[in-house]
Amino acid sequence: MITIIAVNSLRLRTWLPPASVLVAGIALWQLWVSAGHLDPQLVPGPWFVVWSTWDDKANIWPAVAATTEEAVLGLLAAAAAAFLIAVAIDTWVPVRRGLYPLIIASQTIPMIALAPLVLIWWGFGLEPKVVLVALFSFFPIAVGLIQGLAATDPDALNLLRTMRASRLALLLRVRLPSALPQFFTGLKISVTYAYGAAIVAEFVGAEQGLGLYMYSAAHAAPVATDLVFGAIVVIALLTILLFAVVAGLERVAMPWKPGR
Amino acid sequence: MAEPAHATSLELRAIGKRFPARGGAAPVLAVNGVDLHARPGEFVTLIGPSGCGKSTVFNLVAGLDQPTDGEIRIGGQPLADRLGASAYLPQRDALLPWRRVIDNVTLPLELRGVSRRAARQAAQPLLERFGLGEFSRAWPWQLSGGMRQRVALLRTVIGDPGLMLLDEPFGALDSITRADLQDWLLRTWSSVGDGRPGPTVLLVTHDISEAVLLSDRVYVMTPRPGRIADVIDIGLPRPRTPQTREDDAFVALERQVRHALQLAMAAHGEFSEAAGERKAGP
Repeated sequence: MITIIAVNSLRLRTWLPPASVLVAGIALWQLWVSAGHLDPQLVPGPWFVVWSTWDDKANIWPAVAATTEEAVLGLLAAAAAAFLIAVAIDTWVPVRRGLYPLIIASQTIPMIALAPLVLIWWGFGLEPKVVLVALFSFFPIAVGLIQGLAATDPDALNLLRTMRASRLALLLRVRLPSALPQFFTGLKISVTYAYGAAIVAEFVGAEQGLGLYMYSAAHAAPVATDLVFGAIVVIALLTILLFAVVAGLERVAMPWKPGR
Repeated sequence: MAEPAHATSLELRAIGKRFPARGGAAPVLAVNGVDLHARPGEFVTLIGPSGCGKSTVFNLVAGLDQPTDGEIRIGGQPLADRLGASAYLPQRDALLPWRRVIDNVTLPLELRGVSRRAARQAAQPLLERFGLGEFSRAWPWQLSGGMRQRVALLRTVIGDPGLMLLDEPFGALDSITRADLQDWLLRTWSSVGDGRPGPTVLLVTHDISEAVLLSDRVYVMTPRPGRIADVIDIGLPRPRTPQTREDDAFVALERQVRHALQLAMAAHGEFSEAAGERKAGP
């Protein structure tokens, strides 16, 4: 009983301060708009944003589904590519020497600038969005995996070598499990990029999705600023949701971690 | 005492290990001319200060590295590929955090191709017998240092090895837990073969009383390069118990090992250096 109260109060202590600041900020925004200090055409009040977005749910819902599909598929593609490349880099020294510096250097390329190119190569459908999301998401996942694999306890590796473990057994039984925490750290960073990347790709050219939705709202006459705001809020909520899903997967994948 | 069928002999003949020059550093002669032997079922110990090359010798015997001089024989045969010829317990327990206690113990069996189910069936009675039954489903982080070390020891004995290599297995533990585990190791070692004497053991330690309590023979090592300075036979009768520590013979042997260490270090200049530092003090 005491434990339950203690846990609840601990959660409350974590959640209450940021929640209060957020609510206060939104309230201030609403007051400022209601007092007539801002042009509602440029900055609509939060209440209005919520209601007009809700009213438009028939249009926003398919956009949410399309963009979520792009984000999730892009993350999966990035994770698969990162896995193959990280294992190759960890297994073969020449691959590490030849590839790892280039992967780091590739981060100097502004991924956003690749959006038009990706569009030229893959057209207006699902593929260019998945590719762009994957390009954005690849690096944190790959670096997490590569560093996690490299940080494997040498004692554990030696121990298994004295048991005549094969390289595959070392990878499956020691290196990969030991890299999982850093893999998930990378994946969680990538999750925060995924929707943004998908939307940038949709800005450049799309038939469906939240990026297109925002673009249309911004170019409507009269301009639908409320729906642009609404889409931003929806994207933030979707990102939080995806982050929570990954955090849940993390717990399932690593049942040995002390309870948090 | 009849020789157990499964315990194997170990023999090191004039073992040397030179590490090549690297990054501007001069080549290092880590160990030189190390002779050591253990008959089947014997418990022998390498004792010496940190950096004397004990762990180098240890890794050579385990097959993790190759000597640059000399020959290592296991079971009477010179053996170049020694991986798998002994069961190895590294300095820190090296329990895999993502495996439950029982699955850490069964690891050597699984790597030999025993199914997880069969391996667990083999491990559970062993865990029960050595007081770890109730922890079999626990994760390693839930155990104390002493408990973790017991699990690591069971992982070492479960494959019924002919030769066990223990590298400072209790070095990281407090002295009370260490004494407790030494007694536990004595019991485990003598009973692991179901009435037969236990496997041959090579122990590396810097703890004098641990060496005397557990060993049939103690090899005293000195550093730079690591070599054997003295060999002391521990003639204490077995079975040994916690009370063995109280025996006059035990205390006398402890003193003998300590003197051998001091003598070896003094010959090496370590003690005169320390004395010089004391003189320089207030």
